[in-house]
Amino acid sequence: MSPWRRLAAQSILLVTLAALGGCASLIPRSSSEMAASAGPTTQRSDPWERFNRAVFGFNEVVDAAVVKPAAQVYRDVLPQWLRRSVNNVFGNLSDVWSAANLVLQLKPQPALEMGMRVATNTIFGLGGILDVAEEIGLERRSWEDFGQTLGRWGVGTGPYLVLPLIGPSTVRDGTARLVDNRFSPGRLAFREQSDRYSALAVQALSARVNLLTASKVLDDIALDKYIFIRDAYLARRRSLIYDGEPPEEDTSRPADPPTQ
Amino acid sequence: MQRRTLIAATTVLMSSLGAGLATTPVRAQALAPDAFVRQLSGEVIDAVRTDKAIQSGDVTRIRTLVDTKVMPHVNFDRMTAMSVGPQWRAATPEQRKRMLEEYKTLLINTYSGALTQFKDQSVVIKPLRAGSGDSDVIVRSEVRGQGEPIQLDYRLEKNGEGWKIYDVNVGGFWVVDAYKGQFAKDLNNGGLDALIGRLADKNKAQPAASKS
Repeated sequence: MSPWRRLAAQSILLVTLAALGGCASLIPRSSSEMAASAGPTTQRSDPWERFNRAVFGFNEVVDAAVVKPAAQVYRDVLPQWLRRSVNNVFGNLSDVWSAANLVLQLKPQPALEMGMRVATNTIFGLGGILDVAEEIGLERRSWEDFGQTLGRWGVGTGPYLVLPLIGPSTVRDGTARLVDNRFSPGRLAFREQSDRYSALAVQALSARVNLLTASKVLDDIALDKYIFIRDAYLARRRSLIYDGEPPEEDTSRPADPPTQ
Repeated sequence: MQRRTLIAATTVLMSSLGAGLATTPVRAQALAPDAFVRQLSGEVIDAVRTDKAIQSGDVTRIRTLVDTKVMPHVNFDRMTAMSVGPQWRAATPEQRKRMLEEYKTLLINTYSGALTQFKDQSVVIKPLRAGSGDSDVIVRSEVRGQGEPIQLDYRLEKNGEGWKIYDVNVGGFWVVDAYKGQFAKDLNNGGLDALIGRLADKNKAQPAASKS
């Protein structure tokens, strides 16, 4: 089967799965479940909380034991300018897929801008090492992935789902990753599978370094880290799909209790 | 990589709640809300960037900065009331006093950690989309300079001639919603006293001077 046909088949499979996932969230929950859950997002989007917490716990253990120490070494060993260059290269490759998704979402103007970003940075930025496009005013919009494209076209998120090692996701976004992975920076840059794995590892480390301070702050401020990350993730995804201005939800802003 | 953005967003959330508010009190000049935010953002960013002690992680200094310069421009009572929800109405004055204290300490501890991270980014305020007579507005802005831009919005209410911030959104996540989710379990299980107890423990666990 040609790669494009395979991609089309995968996409159809994804949309079906996502739609089914979306249906799962419509199953009415008992009122005691509703009372026990906390926060506006929980009631709709986390029927698999027990499973998710288990995977979350596993991810935390792996992070503390392997990923975070490795990221700290990466940060301490590589100088800032080199780490920034690595960030820029991965950013540039990610912009390619973002541009493609913007086309799929029928947003031609941003798609064109992102395309120009990639061209500028690749040609004038030494293959993406320097982010010259930013200097000349072509700023990066938020990264677009296939999950957002599906969301744009009305596919519901489905239940919140924590993926092993990857972290917070939803049924829709998790399955959309299958498409995202075909166009990940590693795959775009390299042909050899071993090179792609190396690229993935470096990308993961680079991302983790960017989060070192943030994760410490999170530890300090969150009473329940799992809930915090879940609520933040779901709020963010919703905001991204609407490009920063999601419609107000009925549950999220009830009449403020009087402060007196 | 969504986790990356959302956690980075969380950090900037807290830094921006500090960064978005004044170093010097903005006087009663009937500023438009976006001008207000722009001025305050600029002032706080400058303060953070130029202060060597803050850059190197002096937590006490940051806490003082946040406490004296930031809090006056936040409608803290309203934020607490919104985060706690219906139980706030039934709270005794003593409970409210304790809750406000613990919540305030929590927020200050948060900014202290996050403000050190604010290094080279720039904040761009977006054009205001509200009528000139509105007394409850959202000012939108963006933090740029490190990977993808991070959305940063403020909910402001009119306060005499000036404005007060009562909610902040980072990367799509409103602070009040964040803490609603965090507080809900304790509130459901043990009521406001249980929540206050948990917050007190959490705040006590903060080391006096921590470097990440």
